[in-house]
Amino acid sequence: MKGDHHVILRVVAKVLIPVIALYGFYVHFHGEYSPGGGFQAGVILAVTVILYSLIFGIAPAMRAITPGFARFIAGLGFIIYVGVGIWALATGGNFLDYDALFREEPGGHNGQHVGIIVIEIGVLFAVAGSMVSIFYAFAGRVTEIRDEDW
Amino acid sequence: MIELISSLVPADIAAHAPALLVVAPMFLAPIAAFMPNGRLAWLLSIIATGVSLIMAIVLLAQVRSIEGGAVLSYAMGGWAPDAGIEFRIDALNSMVLLLVSVIGFLAAIFSWPSVVAEVRDAKRAMFYAAYLVCFTGLCGVASTGDAFNLFVFLEISSIATYVLVALGASRDRRALPAAANYLLMGTIGASFFVVGVGFLYAATGTLNMAELAVRLQDMQGNKAVLAGYAFIFVGLGIKAAMFPLHQWLPNAYAYSPSFVTMFLAATATKVAIYALVRFLFTVFGLEFAFEGSTLIWILMPMGIAAMIACSFQAVFQTDVRRTLAYSSVAQVGYMLLGISIATTAGVSAGMFHLVNHALIKGALFMALAGMVLSYQGTSLNDLKGLGRSAPWTMTAFAIGAVSLIGVPLTAGFQSKFALVNALFEHGWWWAVAVVMFSSLLAVVYMGRILEAVFFRAPSNPNKRRKEAPLLILIPLWILAIANIWVGVQGGFVAGLAEDAAMSLFIGDVS
Repeated sequence: MKGDHHVILRVVAKVLIPVIALYGFYVHFHGEYSPGGGFQAGVILAVTVILYSLIFGIAPAMRAITPGFARFIAGLGFIIYVGVGIWALATGGNFLDYDALFREEPGGHNGQHVGIIVIEIGVLFAVAGSMVSIFYAFAGRVTEIRDEDW
Repeated sequence: MIELISSLVPADIAAHAPALLVVAPMFLAPIAAFMPNGRLAWLLSIIATGVSLIMAIVLLAQVRSIEGGAVLSYAMGGWAPDAGIEFRIDALNSMVLLLVSVIGFLAAIFSWPSVVAEVRDAKRAMFYAAYLVCFTGLCGVASTGDAFNLFVFLEISSIATYVLVALGASRDRRALPAAANYLLMGTIGASFFVVGVGFLYAATGTLNMAELAVRLQDMQGNKAVLAGYAFIFVGLGIKAAMFPLHQWLPNAYAYSPSFVTMFLAATATKVAIYALVRFLFTVFGLEFAFEGSTLIWILMPMGIAAMIACSFQAVFQTDVRRTLAYSSVAQVGYMLLGISIATTAGVSAGMFHLVNHALIKGALFMALAGMVLSYQGTSLNDLKGLGRSAPWTMTAFAIGAVSLIGVPLTAGFQSKFALVNALFEHGWWWAVAVVMFSSLLAVVYMGRILEAVFFRAPSNPNKRRKEAPLLILIPLWILAIANIWVGVQGGFVAGLAEDAAMSLFIGDVS
């Protein structure tokens, strides 16, 4: 591409974005042992989309992750979270009582394990989807910056 | 009727009523957002608010099952209170929850024609999702027993409210600055509140309100607690539109979609006042030396200033919605005045007026929504002669108006009478004169509107007879009849308010 002053940006971003996404998942699943969890991981995942659209333009980003999909993810995360709560209600516990999820004997910790992971996945979806939706809502309004204006 | 409905609910569902009341709208909100069209989302919002209403009735029956009022505690996630988040329902909570869910349910039913007229097709499903989120937040504030959780729910409802207000932009672009203004003020209020909770947490090491109340008793004069108190008071004051902090309210009410105005006017400030009362009386408690002086030297003058200044402002508005918005701030003044007496009778009068004002403003704004549907405008000029072309809508409006003024046999009279009684008992006879004067101002500003509606020739003679649709008329008349019912037989609501006030003073002698 002749006259493309963003070659370095593009190349570096292409390398970085998958690593950032991977790091997002690391923060998510390692949240059990270290600081982190669904919220931080969701923001990091959203950052990949935001970085992509900063460098390659908002239009290609919206083709890859459509605004509708971002909103769907956000809502789905919310449903997953509340869904776990209702699951616990259905198995006879209080709202969000992980111990009740599998009707375990006292001392069993499967419910606590599975419950918190599913909840965190809900948080991940909700945060990532909301962040991207908010970014699209702001970025989609202004005219894009032309190449010459950089 | 309360016992009948609650007996129909299975026991294992009734045991989880505190959670279900909040969870039902919370779960259906994202589902409503996914609905392909607004009509399905509307039906979902009716179901969600209906479930909440039933749960609120169940809770009320449970609270009233014991003489003096039971206190229900629900441990979220099975974590025992103090460590975990507790939902704590006493007589005051159950009253506010019943109020919010009744208004929410009626508002959901009536909303459809109004939303079709004022919100674009593509946004309706999202609109209802935002409504349910707002409703969730308000119910959550009114049921949680955890100070930080209260902040979270307050923000959930507020953020949804900003969105709902901004959606008025398709009718009037001024909704956008109104929403931005509300967003700034609301965020400042919420930040103040959370800073205050932070101070309390630093001083006591707990966020549970009941536990806070116990630990704060030994902390007289602690500077961190005083700072926390001031932050919480101002923060909730902004949310409740306490007099000098009410500037966000008139515009937000005047330019948001009619349905949103009706819902907010009847619930949002009420829930904030509930939170204020909860912190003043339960968390800090009347022994808190600082508080007694706050009540007398801040809350009472502010209430009186609101009653007079905002009633005057209401008189000079040309837009009916702004008149009613300023009148709302004035009515908040009545409630604050009642609360500031700090006796059971005073707080009970304040709570009684809180419920009645929700019924009054609900009816008034619902009638206005019906009117906007037919005639678009809400200026005084647009209302001329409507008494003849839309008699049913406007008669209900008139009932709301006389109730707001406080004419005998209406709800407004009962609560003002209770307030005046409490003031006399306390020896604040001069405040009685202020109440009378403010009511006279209400006669002026509502009288102007009623005169235009019933005794003026229509400014546009082509206006044909055009009632609001039945979907609006039925909830509207339910509210209007409720106004008269409370006015004639105020026992039920007055009893709720009294129980609520009593529950605040348990352990105190006053």
